[in-house]
Amino acid sequence: MKVVIWLTEGTWPACVGAARWVPADADVELLFVVDDDIAAAASGAHAGLMGRGTHGDPGGQVAALSAVAADELLASAAQALGRPAARTRRHGRVEHEVVEASAGADLLVCARDGERSRLGPHSLGPATRFVVDHAPCQVLLVWPGPPPGIESMQHPPHPPHHR
Amino acid sequence: MTGVTAEVSSLVALLAVIVVAVARPKGWSEAWFAVPLAVALLVTGAVSTSSAWSETRRLLPVVGFLALILAMAQLCDREGLFAAVGGHVARVSGDRPHRLLLGVFVTASVTTAVLSLDATVVLLTPVVFATAARLGTRPSPHVHACSHLANTASLLLPVSNLTNLLAFAVCGLSFARFTGLMALPWLVAIAVEYVVLRRFFRADLAAGARPAAQPHDVPLPRYALVVLAATLVGFAVASSLSLDPAWAALLGVLALAVRALGRRRTTVREVVVSANPGFLAFVLALGVIVKGVLDHGLSQVLARVVPGGTSWPALLAVAGIAALLANLVNNLPAVLALLPIVTPIGAGAVLAVLVGVNVGPNLTYVGSLATLLWRRVVHRHEHEVSLAGFTRLGLLTVPAGLVAATTALWAMLQVTGG
Repeated sequence: MKVVIWLTEGTWPACVGAARWVPADADVELLFVVDDDIAAAASGAHAGLMGRGTHGDPGGQVAALSAVAADELLASAAQALGRPAARTRRHGRVEHEVVEASAGADLLVCARDGERSRLGPHSLGPATRFVVDHAPCQVLLVWPGPPPGIESMQHPPHPPHHR
Repeated sequence: MTGVTAEVSSLVALLAVIVVAVARPKGWSEAWFAVPLAVALLVTGAVSTSSAWSETRRLLPVVGFLALILAMAQLCDREGLFAAVGGHVARVSGDRPHRLLLGVFVTASVTTAVLSLDATVVLLTPVVFATAARLGTRPSPHVHACSHLANTASLLLPVSNLTNLLAFAVCGLSFARFTGLMALPWLVAIAVEYVVLRRFFRADLAAGARPAAQPHDVPLPRYALVVLAATLVGFAVASSLSLDPAWAALLGVLALAVRALGRRRTTVREVVVSANPGFLAFVLALGVIVKGVLDHGLSQVLARVVPGGTSWPALLAVAGIAALLANLVNNLPAVLALLPIVTPIGAGAVLAVLVGVNVGPNLTYVGSLATLLWRRVVHRHEHEVSLAGFTRLGLLTVPAGLVAATTALWAMLQVTGG
């Protein structure tokens, strides 16, 4: 069994914690995707400054810092996981990279990332929404913190309309 | 040379300069292309020597002032200002991404206003990314905030943007009056950005943070802060005494440079390079070329399109036209072309042009359609950015920001009798 655990800033400990439900003999891969749009936004702002030449474009610096931060996060996650796991750092459009990385896997673990005080809608950001919709394997979606109690559902669903 | 030939050759030169400035050949300053083209227009008679000289004499003090601001920002960086501010914002934010966003908004808005948009783009953005990474929070909202505020928050002071310096030189306002009229539009435009970005990135902001370690305390460089504050006061005082505020900038740069050189934190070469002489030559050449285009026909065309008066609809139209032009060819040629048309209308119209050319460029994440198209052509085989996301963010912030800031400007003009 191959399991991919997709880590993102803020919510990764919950995904690592969910590994306790993964069989002990499974191959685990920790995945982090660097969002290329961030360096592109930094570089784009510099491109908008006409006549300043190529010197000082912060895009490269942001990309380099992104790679370092990703490796540090992967190292922290590997330590917290406490079992052997492969570490993969990819970069590009996050949602596309995650879907591609989970091809051939049996299970993808990821976390909900919306407002935790308001339970819905929008419980998933655009990237997670895309991944949940397009993942080519089973998906385990976990709460980033303790799940809410049943009392969080203040309004029971309306009964179905009858024509 | 006939008027038509002169107009056509000036236009061709302008387009060539824009293409080169957009393409940015690596290792070349855009000035290497712009200056010979400006000289060619002079030699062929498309621009008269007297006209070019008067334009250059008008632009020289503006360009000199800009050089001083660019050098000042670099010297502040050498004093450790941006790193210290990053550490301070990290400490205040803790594990709350919403608070970090607020800190980034304050920092980027003040940096852009005081040390110009170049400082925010080049010096602050990497610090903001590093701060977000250290707090273990998603960096996207914070980096996008920097990129957007470099444009939007450059409305406040004459020194915040080269476009403002160009306008300040012709609008006849004092430093304090310029700032007083632009304070409300500045705040309103920033507020629009804040509301939109907070909502746009709500999932990223709600994901929380995992600080890797306690942020270490980097003390704020007091000397640099005192010099900056004194320089700001100097701008207002100099202007009220009818002196060029650039003298205050010169004193500020000297105060920072002498100390940094004494402590071997910088070199004379680094200070000169940070003032970006190539860019300054580029601006002068661009000024001459645009003058050629204006003198032989474009100014009549623009004068017919740009509405007179400073009523609310007229200011909105001026800001809209400025934003449109900035989005087509970048805001520098746009402001050079529009200023001679709007200056006779009055200071209100000049400031409306600034709202357009400063807020407008956020519509595309690279400042203009020309740059966007070029980047799409060149980078088509690489990982493509999510253009839809960038465009959606631009469409959410720019029209609202333009209308809100122009309305605030109109209100300020009404209240103060401008």
